[in-house]
Amino acid sequence: MSRIIMGIESSCDETGVGLVRLHDDGTVELLADEVASSVEQHARFGGVVPEVASRAHLEAMVPTTERAFEKAGLALSDVDAIAVTAGPGLAGALLVGVSAAKAYATALDVPLYGVNHLAGHIAVDTLQHGPLPAPCLALLVSGGHTQLLRVDDIASGITELGSTVDDAAGEAYDKVARVLGLPYPGGPPIDKAAKNGDPAAIAFPRGMTGPRDAKNDFSFSGLKTSVARWVEGATRRGEEIPVDDVAASFQEAVADVLTMKAVRAAKEQGIGTIVISGGVAANSRLSSLAAERCAAAGIELRVPRPRLCTDNGAMIAALGAHVVAAKLPTTPLDFSANPALPVNVVSLS
Amino acid sequence: MLVLAIDTSTPAVTAGVVAVDESGVETRGDRVTVDPRAHGELIMPHALAADEAAGVSLKDLDAIVAGVGPGPFTGLRAGMATAAALGHALGLPVYPVCSLDAIAADVAAGETAFLVLTDARRREVYWAAYDASGHRTEGPAVQRPADLETDVKVAAGDGAVLYAGVLDVRPIEPRFPSPAGLVKAARAELLAKEPPAPLTPLYLRRPDAAEPSAPKRVTTP
Ligand SMILES: [Zn+2]
Repeated sequence: MSRIIMGIESSCDETGVGLVRLHDDGTVELLADEVASSVEQHARFGGVVPEVASRAHLEAMVPTTERAFEKAGLALSDVDAIAVTAGPGLAGALLVGVSAAKAYATALDVPLYGVNHLAGHIAVDTLQHGPLPAPCLALLVSGGHTQLLRVDDIASGITELGSTVDDAAGEAYDKVARVLGLPYPGGPPIDKAAKNGDPAAIAFPRGMTGPRDAKNDFSFSGLKTSVARWVEGATRRGEEIPVDDVAASFQEAVADVLTMKAVRAAKEQGIGTIVISGGVAANSRLSSLAAERCAAAGIELRVPRPRLCTDNGAMIAALGAHVVAAKLPTTPLDFSANPALPVNVVSLS
Repeated sequence: MLVLAIDTSTPAVTAGVVAVDESGVETRGDRVTVDPRAHGELIMPHALAADEAAGVSLKDLDAIVAGVGPGPFTGLRAGMATAAALGHALGLPVYPVCSLDAIAADVAAGETAFLVLTDARRREVYWAAYDASGHRTEGPAVQRPADLETDVKVAAGDGAVLYAGVLDVRPIEPRFPSPAGLVKAARAELLAKEPPAPLTPLYLRRPDAAEPSAPKRVTTP
């Protein structure tokens, strides 16, 4: 008998409620994916303001849930299990989703699973491309995370190979956008400007690629500073800033390092599949360069469609479905959200 | 009617099942823990424990009453999100109550006006003023205790204990909202079976956030 899993996400600035059907053969089908975003309220601050995000989550939680059930044509009583993001993320934001999830699970008398947001970004790909081959390699890139992960089992076997030592890739996009006078969030406007620019116009540094640097770690702080320095220099010389060229050259540096490291790690570990997910996965240069390099290396590339890559409830529902299918223990009702939940903890028990 | 009362606006994590009718309110079971960091962990388990102590299940409830603050933001939302989701899932009305009114409802009837003060952190208090019959006459507001100009010398709430010296007030019970106090504060609406007002938190403060200035220079001029 198939089961309905509800997923609740509130780790950053999106309130997400997703519904999926876990079929007996282990496949997971997307039924609803409703998101309420507070991104516009953060725009003038140039980054997510935790208190603003938390307030928006509380306001949006029940209405977003109602919309998800309406879209799926289901009643709350149809739910068989609930998964909620337990971390990592903003403490106050996580608390809203976790509190609501505990209440829904108790009132509906169904099992509750506190799950890992990062693992959700990988699990979401199964909604589009089917079961994940084991092992596979995941590159998570967003405003909050930049990580290279080995996935042996989506429900219980995730190992971090490397992560950023400073800024997340998406953060670098936001900061460079500000330097260039482009709006927040920086990903889409930089991607758009880059399309008209020359990626080879300026040789920006490739962080953490020296012979002594940790192979699987990333650094974007130096790149961001170097873009700012270049722009300041040009301004001082009275030159007009070639925004398109700067954007293209910056984007090339980001995509180059991310894809080079992901493909190298996959080859070294003998892994035949790379999944790229997270908000930055929607970046056109990242996906085209990844496709090129994966094809050259004989590696299968899986990138969920942009809607699934950004934070949403469907990814948490999908991960919950895999945790349910693996018959893992439920999470006790008195658990607390963990803003620094490590990626190897896929579900709390 | 049976009401589940929830409040997380103070360091107390408060849940209780209260029976209410024309003759008054009666607490059937409650569970309260004073721990300002445990709201998210404990409020739902406490609501269940209160049900158990009362010998009822969630399905026996007729309504929910939730304290909507004012209260330090993060903890306050744990109780409100819990109440909102329970109300949705159980199909129950959720009645918002100013948490200071819930404290006031438990102040023994007397002959003097009084204040209710709770800890707003950052050396401020949330406060409201009440007349001798317990009706709110001023507030709720948030202020530094030293800036609070009042002749009232009697105050309930944990803020009264914390700042008794600064304020020159005599602290009286209770310190935190109780399930019975929450239900008393919503009693008229509950018994009239009025549709509840929107479940909106009383934040009283704007979020801390500054709009960015021009990007910092990274080169020396
Ligand atoms: Zn994310």
